[in-house]
Amino acid sequence: MRDLLKNLISGEALAANFEESKPSFNSEQALDEANRCLYCYDAPCITACPTGIDIPGFIKKIVSGNLKGSATTIMDSNPVGASCARVCPTEELCEGACVLNYSTKPIPIGDLQRFATDWAIKNEEVLFKAGKKNGKTVAIVGSGPAGLSTARELARLGYEVTIFEAKSEAGGLDTFGIVPFRLPKDISLWEVEQVENLGVEIRTNTEIGEDIFADDLVEQYDAVVLAIGMSKVPMLGIEGEELEGIYDAIDLVERTKNGDYAEEFIGKRVVIIGAGNTAVDGATTSVRLGADNVKILYRRTEAEMTAYDFEYEFAKQDGVEFRWLTNPKRLISDENGHVKQMECVKMELHEVGGDGRPRPVEKEGSEFLMDVDIVVKAIGQTRHMKMIEDFGLKHNGGVVKVDPETFITSNPKVYAAGDMIFGKGLGEAMVVTAAQQGKDTALAIHERFKESVTDYA
Amino acid sequence: MADISINFAGIKSPNPYWLASAPPTNTGYQVQRAFEAGWGGAVWKTLGEPVLNVTSRFGASHFNGQRVAGFNNIELISDRPLDVNLKEIYETKKLFPDRVIIASLMVEPKREKWHEIVKRVQDVGVDGFELNLGCPHGMSERGMGSAIGQHPDLVEMTTMYAKEAAEVPVITKLTPNITDITATAKAAARGGADAISLINTINSLIGVDLDTWNTLPNVNGKGAHGGYCGPAVKPIALNMVGECARNPEVNIPISGIGGISTWQDTVEFMLMGAGGVQICTAAMHHGFRIIDDLTEGLENYLDEKGIDSLSDIIGKSVDKYTDWSNLDLNHKVVARINNDVCINCNKCHIACEDTSHQCIDMLTDENGNDILRVREDDCVGCNLCSIVCPVDGAIDMIDLIPTEAPMSWNDRQAAIQMLERR
Repeated sequence: MRDLLKNLISGEALAANFEESKPSFNSEQALDEANRCLYCYDAPCITACPTGIDIPGFIKKIVSGNLKGSATTIMDSNPVGASCARVCPTEELCEGACVLNYSTKPIPIGDLQRFATDWAIKNEEVLFKAGKKNGKTVAIVGSGPAGLSTARELARLGYEVTIFEAKSEAGGLDTFGIVPFRLPKDISLWEVEQVENLGVEIRTNTEIGEDIFADDLVEQYDAVVLAIGMSKVPMLGIEGEELEGIYDAIDLVERTKNGDYAEEFIGKRVVIIGAGNTAVDGATTSVRLGADNVKILYRRTEAEMTAYDFEYEFAKQDGVEFRWLTNPKRLISDENGHVKQMECVKMELHEVGGDGRPRPVEKEGSEFLMDVDIVVKAIGQTRHMKMIEDFGLKHNGGVVKVDPETFITSNPKVYAAGDMIFGKGLGEAMVVTAAQQGKDTALAIHERFKESVTDYA
Repeated sequence: MADISINFAGIKSPNPYWLASAPPTNTGYQVQRAFEAGWGGAVWKTLGEPVLNVTSRFGASHFNGQRVAGFNNIELISDRPLDVNLKEIYETKKLFPDRVIIASLMVEPKREKWHEIVKRVQDVGVDGFELNLGCPHGMSERGMGSAIGQHPDLVEMTTMYAKEAAEVPVITKLTPNITDITATAKAAARGGADAISLINTINSLIGVDLDTWNTLPNVNGKGAHGGYCGPAVKPIALNMVGECARNPEVNIPISGIGGISTWQDTVEFMLMGAGGVQICTAAMHHGFRIIDDLTEGLENYLDEKGIDSLSDIIGKSVDKYTDWSNLDLNHKVVARINNDVCINCNKCHIACEDTSHQCIDMLTDENGNDILRVREDDCVGCNLCSIVCPVDGAIDMIDLIPTEAPMSWNDRQAAIQMLERR
């Protein structure tokens, strides 16, 4: 891959590197695999799917040629089912539960889900209808998987839903936060469009606290759902962090999603700090931007890294190097204020810390220098603290507290779902979980209002 | 190595595999290719008054991704001049004297017509004749093929006409489009047939196009029923072969035809009384090269069973095939699930629960693992669970130790009558 990239110098040429990396199934492949499905009764794949998609059902519909029905089955359970077909850790979920693991090999459920939803996208199918208006209004802040999912379900139940989105386009993480060669932006935008088709109004470029205030939302709507996800990568807190050549992995991915391919990576030595899925995204993006050498630096080991196995494998296939038990201490500038070296220190793992993982401790005197042109930070994400405080919600270090059944926060009119309620130290939250929380939140809201609406769908 | 040659009604063949009279045996070129590949014989595509054919001609049913579960055609008998066919038969027989060439014939049910064609074809040298009294489409509308084969008296008469002129064995080919296959089988025997072959194809409409609503295969917006064959018809053919084999009034060799695709199918047909087999659809699906596994698999099977000659297995299952009223009412079979092999797809449970006798429970064992268990008292031993189970060895059908002496419906009725008479 890198040999190929060396010759690519223009942004236009780089764009080709960001096309979806995995080809979709053709009809024959889809039928071959779909026909292998046993159509289990009480199938474990359904149980393993956080959104409970009737997987044997949608696969059977591929076999019969009922692709509209297949896509409907998927999207009915999972409003971001086209995205999840690409980003779910299927080997840990549906495919991991497939009974054929015990006899031959599991059904490639993700690929089949992609086949069916791609058909719906290509044929511009409208799969769902809005429910009859019931007179209740709900404001949703954030249009990522959790927000979209809540909106879709509420609209189907007859609620008048308005989504407030700070960015210029809706879709949140799926639109901006997952590398385009894994999840093209169009897929997420189609899911957004499906929700808009139900009459949901999405106000983009609308920031809470600037364009509209938290108190107003709480006052004007019957319910408010917060699904604001996470924010930027935090500061490393080391010397030299302000130098030129230091990037935030989330920003970097967002730029490529917008078709802005940074040309300054060509031929460079790039170091990624962190070892979650975002770090892998930063690394594989750097490779595709033409970097000559890409390393992931992690203060713990392979065993503790939070990236999915398939993401780790993907990075290795891309030629990304890994430096375990290594932490940055200081970034060193060249004469132009651009990073040129990084002082690193070797780490040791000590007893298990508060978050259930071994605690990394610096190994005294093990400092060394590493030549580097670009540093990409991917050590997790900060929380939207200001907004949480604007709404006056109880939280635990930025993790908003909710009732696990009803998703109601400390303010009884305000609900929260998605990454913002996902606890620290639990690895990486999944898109599919956020989608289910969105559905659950919508149902909880409906449970609360259904008595008071006279005529609901 | 076991001997897989056969002597069928006096016709010697190096193996039991003949290509059935059909598109694969249309020309000398094709039959020679088949013989080069190793086929024991070929029944030449039916000779008669040359016909006109239509396009398109074939259709197939595919099932869950498997192509050609069944096959349908509306092609008629040979559309080539008789003398061209005869010349090629002569040449082919010269090139392959050890292989069998049977001429399939079809003419109007008139004595002189049959005498004329039998004599003409006999002159070029064939090993036998097969009377096509079974073709269900086209020719039957002109009073031939199955129009004859559906009338026992016409079958007997036509067979007799052919026999009057024939100096080589005559095989009467039967149509399955009839209520009782033994009626025409017996008629063929009465007419003097040296053997019967069955089954010809079954009346069929393979499908309708969902967009054009044309029936298939489509001939300029119209269609007509065709003849169905291929793997899907095998059980129908096997039963008809068995019914003929166990009928004492038939009592002539049977050439088995109908969905035979593998050496296993061949063994089954021969156990049910076939003295040899004919194959068409499998060759049309994959080419003549399938003969390699057909012969080798058969030899290996016989070697493994310690059987010297294929002829030794002919009809060995016929006595086991009887009327339902002779079956033992006291025989008990139940299903047992091997949970260490089971992959928990639960198909047995839902099949039994919804459509059989509700005796497979989904349970959790003491270690918290999902298991399935049969309540044997409620199990009627229907086999459904083991049929839907996707894993070999996960469900065994167990013969229970009998608690009562065998008794069939006939035994029971006889016993009741005896009691009443007292």
